[in-house]
Parts: sequence; structure tokens; C-alpha cells
Amino acid sequence: MAQLTYRESVSLAIAQAMRKDPKVFFIGEDVGAAGGVFKATVGLLDEFGKERVMDAPISEQAILGAAMGAAMTGLRPIAEIMFSDFLAVCWDIIANQIAKTRYMSDGQINIPLVIRTANGGGSKFGAQHSQSLENWSMMIPGLKVVAPSCASDVLGLMDASVKDPDPVIFYEHKSLYASKEQLENTNLSIPLGQANILHEGADITIIGLALMAQRSKKAAQILKEKHNINAKVIDLRTLVPLDLQTINRSIIETGLVITVEENPRLCGWGAEISSLITEHCFSNLKGPVTRVTTPHVPLPSADILEDNTIPSVDLIINEVIKKVKGE
Amino acid sequence: MEDKLNDDIGEAKRLQLWEMMLKLRLVEKKAYDLFLQNLIKGTSHLALGQEAIAGAFGIALQEGDYTFCTYRGHAHTLARGSSIEGVLGELMGRQCGLMKGKGGSMHLTDVDKGVMGSYAIIGAHLTIANGTALASKYNKTKEVSVCFFGDGTTNIGAFHEALNMAKIWDLPIVFVCENNLYMEYTAISEVTAVEHPAADRASAYSLDKIIVDGNDADEMYRTAQTAIKKARDGHGPSLIEAKTYRHSGHSRADPGKYRPDEEVKDWMENKDPIKNYRQKLLEFNIDEKTITGIESKIQQQVEEATNISKNSPIPDIKEIYTDVWADGGYKWHN
Repeated sequence: MAQLTYRESVSLAIAQAMRKDPKVFFIGEDVGAAGGVFKATVGLLDEFGKERVMDAPISEQAILGAAMGAAMTGLRPIAEIMFSDFLAVCWDIIANQIAKTRYMSDGQINIPLVIRTANGGGSKFGAQHSQSLENWSMMIPGLKVVAPSCASDVLGLMDASVKDPDPVIFYEHKSLYASKEQLENTNLSIPLGQANILHEGADITIIGLALMAQRSKKAAQILKEKHNINAKVIDLRTLVPLDLQTINRSIIETGLVITVEENPRLCGWGAEISSLITEHCFSNLKGPVTRVTTPHVPLPSADILEDNTIPSVDLIINEVIKKVKGE
Repeated sequence: MEDKLNDDIGEAKRLQLWEMMLKLRLVEKKAYDLFLQNLIKGTSHLALGQEAIAGAFGIALQEGDYTFCTYRGHAHTLARGSSIEGVLGELMGRQCGLMKGKGGSMHLTDVDKGVMGSYAIIGAHLTIANGTALASKYNKTKEVSVCFFGDGTTNIGAFHEALNMAKIWDLPIVFVCENNLYMEYTAISEVTAVEHPAADRASAYSLDKIIVDGNDADEMYRTAQTAIKKARDGHGPSLIEAKTYRHSGHSRADPGKYRPDEEVKDWMENKDPIKNYRQKLLEFNIDEKTITGIESKIQQQVEEATNISKNSPIPDIKEIYTDVWADGGYKWHN
């Protein structure tokens, strides 16, 4: 039994992938000697050396281009983009090149790579170092989208992502790096496209991802203890592929659903899921799908402003109570 | 050094170069004809006049080497040995096309021949070519990666990121700037801080300044050989600036009227790489029958490939839903 932080699970997950497969290497800014700006890659350089743990210049396009080219030959790179906000400076490589090359080449080229990135708010870093951007990659055909909410999911989903033959964007949540979990076994593998039930309940379904999944779980515990409401919390784990069956089964049972998204409102992942639910489960719904999101604003920096922008446990509780009471 | 028939290049290699350039020229002309017949849709960017660069590298490279080119990449694809019907068929959207119509003119890809794709957004493929070069270094194998791009590319950030990374890691790669004097419709000199858009930037990345007449097939071939050998021997990247000129406009939509008539005439009449090379072969006393024999052979190959392409079925519409993922499909939820 070991206690592991989410942060430690990242470096362990990468190390395990590199131990298993000599084709796996790791590239990014400040990832080797410095151990990562979030200290999530400490120890990798010592274990694997400079040939497999490459400190790159501040050149996000060159980093992902190199990872893509290497993947095209059959290597399995893991590339780090320090903050997910920086995906914008290499979005051509991701959205136009990595995502589309397999299709345009009629399947001649596979691109088995993982792009890790620190995502999400909670650190008071302001609007350019705090965004929650899973939906950016969700809307591009050809990208798989993973966002673990706990240390064991980091381990299991990283294992599956590295082994996956397609490109994966792996969103680690900055506000979860310090979270801890007791693990009996660290050699885990979780298939992409398999949601996780974080809390059982038949009154209402709460669908979350990453930090929002954990906040939803906390909200569900309080709802049960203090409000006698039993909420089922689904942690999607991956947006692409999406475990729609688990969502549908739960809606059939509860008839009520809210999505909890950290992204700003417009075109957040919950909008697509809401659409799918109405297509597949309309007759089971007792009311409209509610989307709890960050309002459609850039993320502010000050404590009180940021805390009141990203959906909180209290906000989730209030929305659930309104929903269940039919308000 | 004055070129002689039996010098370091020699007669056999020169005939190969001649045949290669001619093939690139005649296929490109055929592509233009097929446009006019409306058998090729979409856009297309012809490399007429620039054949010596792709041609020389095509002869100088080995099987297993990787090449990356731009949307002006029909010639570079053919130069690695891809079939003419594979290229023309792709332009025509037929099943015999290299990618069965899923990529089109701007994305020709033929991995079996080392053609790792044609890239249509300026700059990206320099960084991606570093990746195959990095793989060769990682695997301790001897492939060389070659990346072709235009003069306009030298003003985008990815160019600079890629050169820096290639140099700091001494990657086995050759960057080839085909400077045809116009980025698209604008003269490159109007929008660039230095005279030689690639070569004058080389020193910023501790690379040699290499400028070559890209319309002189012999000079191009020697330059290619030197840079490829350097990369293969583990001595790192090169950046070559090859001066050339496109005979046609930037793309199908462009008649190229922004270029002075005299300039176009000079390049077409006096600096055409194929015309000049033919003359050179004759001056070397190579039998004209040998030359015309190659010409009729290539013409016949192009006609045959054109017929194959015209007769090839159009793709099944089910193709739309294939090959997004490695499992062959496109499903994103269960």
C-alpha cells in the first residue's frame, strides 16, 4: 500500500511506460533537469538519461512537430506542453497535422503519441495560465481526449494512452497535483472510453471531468448527508472516446442530469453531451439538462474572483437541489 | 571545376537526372492539361521550372530516407519513385490515387517510398521532419530526412524553431529552401529583412551559408550529395537555399501577372533547367537518339498513367468514414 499524489503518479506513469517500452521517450520544456515546473516529472532524467528525457527549447511547435515525426516512424513519444493555454501556440501542429495526417494519408501513417499538459484553474494564475481546454481538442476529428481526476486514473489512463495507436491529449489538472490516494497497486491500465462512477445514487446524475468530477463527488457526499439527495456522479475520464452508454444508463435510472464543466459556457463539452442525451434519452428525462459551467468570461486572477468563477462544490449543491425540487 | 562527361557525376547518373527531371516536367504539364479538361478539381500548385531540385535529391537519396515537401509537391513525390498514376489519380480523386482521394493534390503521401507527406500550412513540416530525423538518431539508424519548402516559409516562426532544434540536437536532416523569388503573389524581397531569405539566416543557427543555382541539375546534385552525406555521417543538419523560378503562377487560380514579363521570359528561355540540361548533354556528345529515346519513353509512361487514372473508379463514399483512427473507423463514442 502506497500513498501517492496525483503529481507523483504522473512521473511514475511516465517511468512505467518507459520501462515497459524502449520506443517511449519524453520531451518538453524544463522537464528533465528541473523535473517540470509542477515537479511532475522529477526523477525521470536520472533514471532514463538525456537520450530519452529531452529538455527542449521554448519552441512548442518544434516540440510537437518532433514528437509527431518520431511517432510517424513508430516511436511512442510523450510530449509536454507546460500549460494547456500554450496549446494555442502549437495548435497548427495539433489540429491540422497530428489530427488529420492519418486520415489524409488514407491510413498510411499512424501517430501514436501523448501530449501531456497542465490544465485548469484554481491557482490564481489569471486568464492565460488557467484555462480548461478539453473542449478545444474534443471538436477536432482524430484526437483522443483524456482528463484524469485522481492518481490511480493518471496511472491507468497514461498506460492506455501511451499504448494507444492514436494521438492523445492528456489534460492533467493543476489543482489536483497535490491530491493523494492510497494505492495497493500502481501498475494500472484503464481503457480509454470507460467512465467511472464516483458516487452512487438514483435521484439525479451529475456528469463531471477532472477537478469538476472531484467537486461533484464532494457535492454528492454533502447532498446525501445533509439534504437526503442521492446523486450518481459520473467521472467521464475521457471525452473522446466517450462512454455514452454509462451516461445513458444513468439517465434512464434518474431522469435528471447536470453537467459540471470548468470551461466557459459556449461550446463546452457538456453542450455535446446534453445534445446526445436529448437524442438518446429524451423520453426518460424529467426535465431539461442543466449545464453548470464557468460563465462566459476569461478567468480572473484574484482569490475571490477566481473562486466565484469556476463552479464550486456549493454551486453544484445548489443546482442539484433546485433541479431535484423542480425549480 | 569544369563539368566533363566523365567527371564525378558521369554519363549514367546524368542520364538518370535528365530522365527524372523530364518525368517531373511532363507529369506536371499533364496535370495542367487535366485541369483544363476539368478532370482535376480543387487547387493545385505546379512546380514547372523547379524540377532540378526535387530531381537531384530524388537521385541522391537512398531507399528508406524520409522526405517532406509542401503543397507544391507533385514533383517531390514522383522523385522518390511514387507511381505517376498514384499522383495523377490522387489529383483526379480516383481510387488509384496514393490516398484514394482522401488527401488530394496538397497532401500527397507515399510512406513506402519515404514520402512522409506534403504539407499545406507553411512551416509545420520543418518541425515534423525533425521528428523523423530524431527517430533515426534515437534508433541509431542511418536514414536521412530531407525537408523541402519555399522562400515564404523563412518568415514563419516554425522555420526558426525547427532550425534551432535541428542544430542543438545535430539531427540528420537537410532543409532545402526553394527560393523561387515570390512567396505567393508578393516578391520575397519586399517582405524579408535579408537578401537571401534562408541562407542569410543560417548563421543564426550555426549553419553554413549555402546558396546554389537550383536550376543547374549538376550543381544541385552535388550539393544534395554533400548535405546528405554530412547528415548520414552524423555531422548534423544543413540548410540549402536553391535559387529557382516557377514557370506558372502560385496556384491554379493565379496567372502570375505580378511578375515582370522580361523576368519571366528570361527564366523560361535562358534558365530553364531541363532545356539547359538537354543542351549540356548534347555538348557532352551524348547521342541525340538516346535523349529522344528517353523523351518518348517518359511521354509514353505519362500517357499510360493518365489512361489508368481516367479509367480508375471513383472512391466508394464509404471511404469518408474510414481511417480517422488506427482501428480504421471514425467512431468516437460507444
